[in-house]
Amino acid sequence: MPDATGLELLARELGDAALETVYYRNRATVVVDPAQIRGVLRTLRARGYAFLASVHGVDHYPEEPRLGVVYELLDMSRVDRITVKLRVPTDAPTVESVTEDWPTADHQEREIYDMFGVVFEGHPDLRRILMPEDYEGHPQRRDFPIGGEPVIFTRDEAKWLEARE
Amino acid sequence: MSPAPTPVDSPALSDYRRREQSIDLAPVGEQLVGLDHENETTEELLTLNFGPHHPATHGVLRLLVTLQGEVVRDLKPIIGYVHTGIEKTAEDKAYWKAIPIVERMDYLAYYFNAMAYVGAVEALVEVEVPTRAQYLRVIHLELNRIASHLIWLGTSALDLGASSIFLYCLRERELILDLFEMSSGARMHTRYFQVGGVIEDIPAGFARKLREFLKVMPERADEYGAILNANEIVLQRLRGTCPLDAETLLGLGVTGPLLRAAGNPWDLRKAAPYSSYEHFEFKIPVGTVGDNYDRFAVRLAEIYESVKIIEQALEGLPEGPHITEDRKVALPPRHELATSMEALIHHFKLVTEGFRVPPGEVYHPIESPRGELGCYVRSDGSSKPARVHMRDPSFVNLQALAPMCRGNYIADMIATTAMLDPILGGIDR
Repeated sequence: MPDATGLELLARELGDAALETVYYRNRATVVVDPAQIRGVLRTLRARGYAFLASVHGVDHYPEEPRLGVVYELLDMSRVDRITVKLRVPTDAPTVESVTEDWPTADHQEREIYDMFGVVFEGHPDLRRILMPEDYEGHPQRRDFPIGGEPVIFTRDEAKWLEARE
Repeated sequence: MSPAPTPVDSPALSDYRRREQSIDLAPVGEQLVGLDHENETTEELLTLNFGPHHPATHGVLRLLVTLQGEVVRDLKPIIGYVHTGIEKTAEDKAYWKAIPIVERMDYLAYYFNAMAYVGAVEALVEVEVPTRAQYLRVIHLELNRIASHLIWLGTSALDLGASSIFLYCLRERELILDLFEMSSGARMHTRYFQVGGVIEDIPAGFARKLREFLKVMPERADEYGAILNANEIVLQRLRGTCPLDAETLLGLGVTGPLLRAAGNPWDLRKAAPYSSYEHFEFKIPVGTVGDNYDRFAVRLAEIYESVKIIEQALEGLPEGPHITEDRKVALPPRHELATSMEALIHHFKLVTEGFRVPPGEVYHPIESPRGELGCYVRSDGSSKPARVHMRDPSFVNLQALAPMCRGNYIADMIATTAMLDPILGGIDR
């Protein structure tokens, strides 16, 4: 982890893209402007953070803007991690995809699209990944209720489809 | 009782089923430039639905494979068949009550799931884990790593046609499960790790039984090596098949034995030690070319290293408490409940509401048998997590299957899937 000072220096390097820095529990996080995410990640990649370990989706309900995307970057030679965060509102949840630079983001962005409804522009194959393709809603959002999920067996699929129409 | 097949244009079909029945082959056709198989008489493409119920997919993995003759031209993993919404369910449970369900994600590496999760919660609460608890965790983690590798070895060998080794592997795994049963009462999904330590100290007789196992295990691993390394069929199917270089693997986010097989010695136990791993001496096995044989050899060698770590942890096991003394996060000992009012109050508060966690976000990565297993926990200050997300190595590593298999024979795809070691419980969560 860069220390608190290192994080500030890094944020200064990112310029106006960096909105906020958080140093919490020895972990460095920089909150960035969602429109500039690809540029930010490329800058950090040039600084050595070349491995994209993970991408998570978060719902900050009831705070606005609600949806968050978190990128965990790792510098393998210095064993250093930094977290990049962005937030987008639910009515315009679009973020540029980073799959071109990091092919690993493919499945992870699809999962975030599936679970939170964040649309990744430029993703080669943005479809649901864990939920069925004809599923409605984004189940990991905080206002999506737990339970009450009907189980559709193949034997009564026709009945369910009829009931939907 | 199966219903009559419905035609593609029938209105009774959902959009999804209709799309599924009319797979577009146009993008695949573009990859056919420069065929080097001269004896190939057919130019026709065949789309094969491989799985979700197939013994060689190690679970309910479905692969949409486009074949030209016997050669895999394209491959698309389709997942989600065992998605059970564990991450969503965890948001409805108190922090310590989410441990048992989090364990059920990657069902062969349950101690690792628990470790990643409690590690993240411990970082948020800033609780100190006693050294004895850390050593006990290491013992169980490494036992679990061996058990996971044994299942991988047995089922992989089964895919390659060697059926007896499956029985041998399960025989040794049984010894490990007996040890788990001794320390926690359960053979799988033990809920042994708690926030702040482990639920109970190891019982009398555990150390003796563990030593017996540690004596037996390297000998048995030698036997597996002797059986498989002298088997011409296994060697032909593993050597030189489906290699992928370290650079591509890093771009795809692949970690663990698959990356080490390609020659990159990245291991979080060495690089960023957690739970006192820096106290132990062990080596990181690495491969050279990154083919299926290297993937096999690296995992087999890791069994010996895990045995070494357990031996050191058992010999150096310090005295002391097995769980933190902080009564705000850990249950008081049973005997205190009869004499101390304060203990009773703490017990009641923990069991009903659970402990509150300061607001914040933490990502805690550890080295699981399949690679970097990270747990992201976000707290909003209440006693239930606002978000739990597992970065499961199987989920990420699965993306490497298509680049590995493209242009190779379908029989090599079976071997590669086995050497990839995907656990569908972890992929789908």
